[in-house]
Amino acid sequence: MPHEISNPLALIAELTHRCPLHCVYCSNPLELQARTNELSTEIWTRVFQEAATVGVLQADFTGGEPLARPDIVELVRAARCAGLYVNLITSGLPLDESKLAALVSAGLDHIQLSFQGAREETANEISGTKSHAQKLRVLDWLSQHRIAVTLNFVIHRRNMDQLEEMLAIAESSCATRIEFANVQYYGWAFANRENLLPTRAHLDHSLAFIKHEQERLQGKIRIEYVVPDYYAKYPKPCMGGWGRKLMLITPSGDALPCHAAQIIPGLSFENVKDRGLREIWEHSDAFQKFRGEDWMQEPCKTCDRREQDFGGCRCQARLLSGDAAATDPVCSLAPLRPKVDAILAGMNTTPPVQLFAIPAWLYRPNPI
Amino acid sequence: MPPELSSRPRLAPGCRLGENNQQRVLLMPERALRLNGPSLEIVERCDGKHTVQQIILDLQKIYSKAEPHKVGQDILGYLALLQKERALDFEL
Repeated sequence: MPHEISNPLALIAELTHRCPLHCVYCSNPLELQARTNELSTEIWTRVFQEAATVGVLQADFTGGEPLARPDIVELVRAARCAGLYVNLITSGLPLDESKLAALVSAGLDHIQLSFQGAREETANEISGTKSHAQKLRVLDWLSQHRIAVTLNFVIHRRNMDQLEEMLAIAESSCATRIEFANVQYYGWAFANRENLLPTRAHLDHSLAFIKHEQERLQGKIRIEYVVPDYYAKYPKPCMGGWGRKLMLITPSGDALPCHAAQIIPGLSFENVKDRGLREIWEHSDAFQKFRGEDWMQEPCKTCDRREQDFGGCRCQARLLSGDAAATDPVCSLAPLRPKVDAILAGMNTTPPVQLFAIPAWLYRPNPI
Repeated sequence: MPPELSSRPRLAPGCRLGENNQQRVLLMPERALRLNGPSLEIVERCDGKHTVQQIILDLQKIYSKAEPHKVGQDILGYLALLQKERALDFEL
């Protein structure tokens, strides 16, 4: 049965996998693309124009570190000229004052500055590099410009006791948004999960804190909170539903329905060098695969919530159950939920002393 | 807290009007709002120059068939929603 295809609203442009940070929860795939495979300025420019034509409103520039691209100012200008709202997700490391001014005058609308913690030692441990002090400098420069500023704090077991200090950094800056996003367990984070997943007590404390602060700061700073979905009752509506709202382009031009889709066996991806964006969005096998409801199994198939969460995350289903078409195992209705409960039980009985030793992290390398 | 009638709403940094396929939208971080009729009339006046009171008077004229008090209440409600989205600054 054919299903109605909506327009994509956002294009996630993974401009490069190169990055000066080595974060232990990086959302990039384990197999990183080398610089020589990256798309040219011209192809990205065409992609932005095609994206605007199919209805995309926003371009999210990410990586790796998007500022590792020497043509980043040109790319911002190209996306803005195509009519897109341009968002740059960055570590801030390769930035200086003149580069920032150039990005803003090229039409940058929004910058998301990532932080790995509120304290230098935690932040440096997690990113595997010295980066924290530079981020604070960038935050200071940003107050000279009229663009939206979001601070992205990725939170987990090792920094969840620093939420108050993280918020204090935001409050003393020009930020209008702050995201506290719990690590999601794919790729590098999946490999490092046992040292990242928070305890139930951590989580409950953070939820109470966030609720209180959201009320206090309403109209001043918008606080977003992303829960670790292993603790959720129902799964997240991953990507707003497969092939419904978002399209991701990898550094080498593959068009993916989500960040981790390459882990699903049997999916083949079209490349923007060979096909137009509309054709890929509407007809490619990868985007069609989990669109609509025909692929669903029980309990999703007859569940009242299937139009709210779309069965959850296909990549998580694959990672935890081996079957990408299964109900996301974090769902309390999923047959495989006991597996997630067993993982959580392990986390919640670990002696707290382990929190003080530095784990044997698997750090993400920098591709050539 | 409803906005003060004498304050002048202005789109917050990183929030701006855009257009796609003949549809006007309010673009903001990670979000977009479709604007039609009254919502577009309101957002176009969030320029740091119009006071809330002036926006209400303007729209009461444009929508003169609607009950004026209701128009005022709807505008205050919409501005409060935009404020909650962190899309507005209110200048005094």
